[in-house]
Amino acid sequence: MIAETGLIALWLAAALTLLQFALGAIGLRAERDDYYAAIRPVAVAQGVFVTLSFVLLIWLFLRSDMSVKLVAMNSASVKPLLYKFAGTWGNHEGSMLLWVTVMGLAGAFIALFERSLQKRTLVATLAAQAFISLGFYAFLLVSSNPFERLFPVPAEGQGLNPLLQDPGLAFHPPTLYFGYVGLSVAFSFAVGAMITRDVGPAFAKAMRPWVLGAWIFLTLGITAGSYWAYYELGWGGWWFWDPVENASLMPWLAATALLHSVTVLATRDGLRAWTLMLAVVAFSMSMIGTFLVRSGILTSVHAFAVDPERGSFILALLAIYIGGAMALFALRVGTVKEGSRFELVSREGALVANNLLLSVILALVFIGTLYPLLVEAVTGEKLSVGPPYFNLATGPLALLLVAAMAAGPLLRWRRDNPKTLLNRISIPLLVAAASLFALVIFTTSMSILSLLGLALAAGVAVASFAPLWRRNLRRTPLHTYGMVLAHFGVAVALVGMASESSFTEERLVAAKPGDEITVNKWKLQFGAIEPVAGPNWTALEARMTAQYGGGVLHEITPQNRMFAAAQTQTSEAALLTRWNGQLYVVLGDGDSEGRWQVRVWWKPFVPLIWYGGILIALGGLLAMIGRLRRGFQQRKQREFAEAML
Amino acid sequence: MNRWLLWLPLVLFGLFFGAVAIGLMMPKDNIIESKMVGKKMPEFALPAAIEQRPALTSADLSGGKPTLLNIFASWCVPCIAEAPQLLELQRAGVEINAIASRDTPEDIANFLNRWGNPYTRIGTDTTSKVQLELGSSGVPETFVIDGNGVIVHQHIGDIREEDVAMLIKLLEEAR
Repeated sequence: MIAETGLIALWLAAALTLLQFALGAIGLRAERDDYYAAIRPVAVAQGVFVTLSFVLLIWLFLRSDMSVKLVAMNSASVKPLLYKFAGTWGNHEGSMLLWVTVMGLAGAFIALFERSLQKRTLVATLAAQAFISLGFYAFLLVSSNPFERLFPVPAEGQGLNPLLQDPGLAFHPPTLYFGYVGLSVAFSFAVGAMITRDVGPAFAKAMRPWVLGAWIFLTLGITAGSYWAYYELGWGGWWFWDPVENASLMPWLAATALLHSVTVLATRDGLRAWTLMLAVVAFSMSMIGTFLVRSGILTSVHAFAVDPERGSFILALLAIYIGGAMALFALRVGTVKEGSRFELVSREGALVANNLLLSVILALVFIGTLYPLLVEAVTGEKLSVGPPYFNLATGPLALLLVAAMAAGPLLRWRRDNPKTLLNRISIPLLVAAASLFALVIFTTSMSILSLLGLALAAGVAVASFAPLWRRNLRRTPLHTYGMVLAHFGVAVALVGMASESSFTEERLVAAKPGDEITVNKWKLQFGAIEPVAGPNWTALEARMTAQYGGGVLHEITPQNRMFAAAQTQTSEAALLTRWNGQLYVVLGDGDSEGRWQVRVWWKPFVPLIWYGGILIALGGLLAMIGRLRRGFQQRKQREFAEAML
Repeated sequence: MNRWLLWLPLVLFGLFFGAVAIGLMMPKDNIIESKMVGKKMPEFALPAAIEQRPALTSADLSGGKPTLLNIFASWCVPCIAEAPQLLELQRAGVEINAIASRDTPEDIANFLNRWGNPYTRIGTDTTSKVQLELGSSGVPETFVIDGNGVIVHQHIGDIREEDVAMLIKLLEEAR
């Protein structure tokens, strides 16, 4: 009965969504206040029913109800509880249901709490949100019913993809999904504003928390995904420019640009059309990303859940939403009034530079990702675009972007004097120059890009705190601290990236138990190979000890795992983290003579990449809390003032 | 701003849509065929992989007699699977030369001791340079080469029992 209840709840939610869209569309046309009033409760009810449906699906997974096809295909009763839970969205149907659930909840949240936006714009936003959800409901109910029963009932399920059985990854997809859905809300706001032509600071302030929220989740999702690829794939790299990775990076680039342009719109009422376009592009990128991953149209090492038919469905949704929004943009933006102007050397000017650089990087990644596809469509030839293109094309621009990031926050709004800027940025400049000088003297064979990257990171680390200089720290708003922290996080991540690419040392050996392996100051003693067993896997485990310099002996145990349910092998790298870097050991295959392929890396400061990512996300969180609190206080003051009248 | 410029995003999106729609409709195959089929083999000279067999150069493959060129590696499991078929071809009088891809002399010697050595010459290609020049993207792959050093056919993946007769026929035709 649980499955049937879930399906009924899903149908009800879909019907309510249709109603939500109709109320909005007809209400706006006829300017009916009663329709406007009705749309809020409908949006809330939709959120409740779709959440119920998703919770019931989780319950089915937790109970391992093998009479439900989706559970039988993607779960196994011997699986640890965490992965039963995560298995709910570790498949196509469940992840689509998660998507509409988060969208429904977002709609309910807007309906309940959004008070500052013009009424008509809010209604148009909720209608747009409903329109997007409808496509996903149709997708779920017509072609991918998650509650479908299976008869006869199998005794055991087929298990979850072993690569996904990892605590980090269990929460990686939903994190990215929250980001994508947040961008869909920003998109709905943009569509709503284009319909009512109400583009101004109030609209920007209403949209901003959603953009910030989406951006925080995307940042965390990409950081976690990169770390997962780093330790689970056992290749020692942290970013491969793989189409699936690019699919998550592109929305982040667009969201980062949007985040900064929406600030200009909210603070100075500038960049109106550009902000609208970015909101459309950001959501387009998340839809395109989903499409590229799901349709299997690009060959990727992460190829999972590939199904061309589903690809066509997502492509059709993409055409309707994105094509529609871009047509609306072309028709309407000409009639949106131009925002206020500013001079080149100003905070706005720096933010425009940020936006242009991010857009160019986005375009370069987009072209590189799709180029193989284009070439194959035109000439039938197969090729792939790899890291050399991406690093060369985006690296210098990214460094420019980071440099602009150091200067931007030190500029005044509207107009500033280049000379005083130079004065304000002199200390960071000196720090960067000094580090460059030290690096050139003390290191050898560093690539130009890493050299500049490290020097720049040092300067930016100092510059990121410059907005706090000579300020009353207790009266500085929370969102300024957020910006400082996020920008500092970029510097931290940059140090990690540059030192990983310059200072990594690698050894690949065929070693017998008893052998010693050295890399940098590390001494590894290969003790023995032993079989070990987990809840649903068996593994060969290498017992090793590692010692840095004359320091403490650490036990490390890299594994070669076999999963019973799916007959798949994964390699579990052993990692040892010190303050100055990470030792990374992978156990490969053995040969007939008892030797084992062992690959050892010493990667100085590599964890900084992910610490930086976390700092960036934390900065975003601080900014969001600060903005929300300030909005709330302003509303209370307004209400108080109104009450006094 | 020029009004027509506002339509640019939609036009770009239309282009993207067209490209991926074509991509979706095309049949998916992940086999990458070499562009070198039908062409003369590129010039190369590879050092000997093991002491017991001579080195391999492109000149060795245009000696007038059709041959097989097998690309293998000791770390490759399908290469073990095709070993009996290669031995069978050798017994049928086929000359098989080999390129060992990204491998070490000890590992190659172990592999051949264990699974049999059907090869006349073995060149070692530690960086896959020659392999890539041949248009081969993986191991195992086997090329049928006529007496003049022209690549007649490329077999991707392990040679199964049912492929043996086909390869012998191709070698006969290449005479």
